[in-house]
Amino acid sequence: MLAVKVIQEQGIHVEGINFYTGFCVEGHTHAIRKKDQKKVKRNSALWVAEQLGIKLHIIDVTEPYRDVVINPKHGYGKNLNPCLDCKIFMVNQALEWALDPENSFDFIITGEVVGQRPKSQRADTLPLIATDSGANDLLLRPLCAKRLPPTLPERNGWVNREALYDFHGRNRKPQIALAKAFGFDEFSQPAGGCCFLTDANYSNRFRDLWQYRGNRYYELDDIMLLKIGRHIRPNDRFKLIVSREEGENNFLEGYRKEFIHLRVANHPGPLTLLVGEPLLEDLELAASIVARYSKGRDADRVSVEINGLESGNIQIEVSPRAANDMPKEWFI
Amino acid sequence: MNRQDDQHELDARRLLCPLPVIRTQDRIKQLKPGELLNVYCTDPGTLNDIPTWCRINGHRIVDIFNQDREIRIKIEVGES
Repeated sequence: MLAVKVIQEQGIHVEGINFYTGFCVEGHTHAIRKKDQKKVKRNSALWVAEQLGIKLHIIDVTEPYRDVVINPKHGYGKNLNPCLDCKIFMVNQALEWALDPENSFDFIITGEVVGQRPKSQRADTLPLIATDSGANDLLLRPLCAKRLPPTLPERNGWVNREALYDFHGRNRKPQIALAKAFGFDEFSQPAGGCCFLTDANYSNRFRDLWQYRGNRYYELDDIMLLKIGRHIRPNDRFKLIVSREEGENNFLEGYRKEFIHLRVANHPGPLTLLVGEPLLEDLELAASIVARYSKGRDADRVSVEINGLESGNIQIEVSPRAANDMPKEWFI
Repeated sequence: MNRQDDQHELDARRLLCPLPVIRTQDRIKQLKPGELLNVYCTDPGTLNDIPTWCRINGHRIVDIFNQDREIRIKIEVGES
């Protein structure tokens, strides 16, 4: 937001690019969970673009991004976040878009600041992002440009280097002061908290998916489902995705046809998807777990419908599993 | 050609934001100024995101219908 405003102040036309990777935190979970339904559901990038008066192009990169997640050349951060490779990828994609004759822009800018992030915004990684992305000196960072060698837009006089900034480090006070000077009294989410791959629980679920699938390929639906419900893996053959509330129930309804799914027949309870290839005895175990999360959890026996089996739908009676009979290691 | 002939449909049901916005954006690229696009969605986030995207990209919201977890947003394609 600040980087755009700094460049706009020089009378330069700016348009925004926002990449959709499938791992974005905002939007999805807010849309699904009923407890979040009263929150204002706004897309930060769109909101920022409107505040700045610029066009925004949202680009679906879920397909090419897969390789970044599976094979990050520079490795992962604390969780499954390939931050440096992600930056390189996005700058490269932005460059390609900008130089496409249909769009025809002269250079690209980012809001990066030297030293602001432990991996992707260090003094030694910012030049790496410029070179590995292919952007080289067509990549201008207006907020810390004075700490970096002059780029082509600066050398050619398209941008006045003297009117750029020399921010550095994790302290965001200078940015906040600049935002106030520009009259911004609301900011979008700081970096790091907007990607599920930085989340430890999500990353554990993702590793589990890779481990039991036997390869690291994934589809968009796979990574969407990792965001939803309780994930319970009682053994190597299957895991359950148990919805936690009405919103998740509604969302999982859309996946019923693709999975074996369970629901308690004689008490209100969650829709549960079964992922894997269960044996017959696993179905009873699965049903007892699903019963535990229904309103019939204190009943002696409850009836559970199991649909989507190759052999046809069945209904079985089980005792709901007790809380102390749910080992911690089952929960992913 | 009357107004009905200019109407196009986009099914973005079950998609979560920003995918309905992306699908709308990509579809509008193929349309001409003045044509109408009806976008059908189920994510309540679209009630905010699609109108915002339209405002910043020069398209006009003609009307919004929201009932029983189904949303229809009618957009008139702008000049941009």
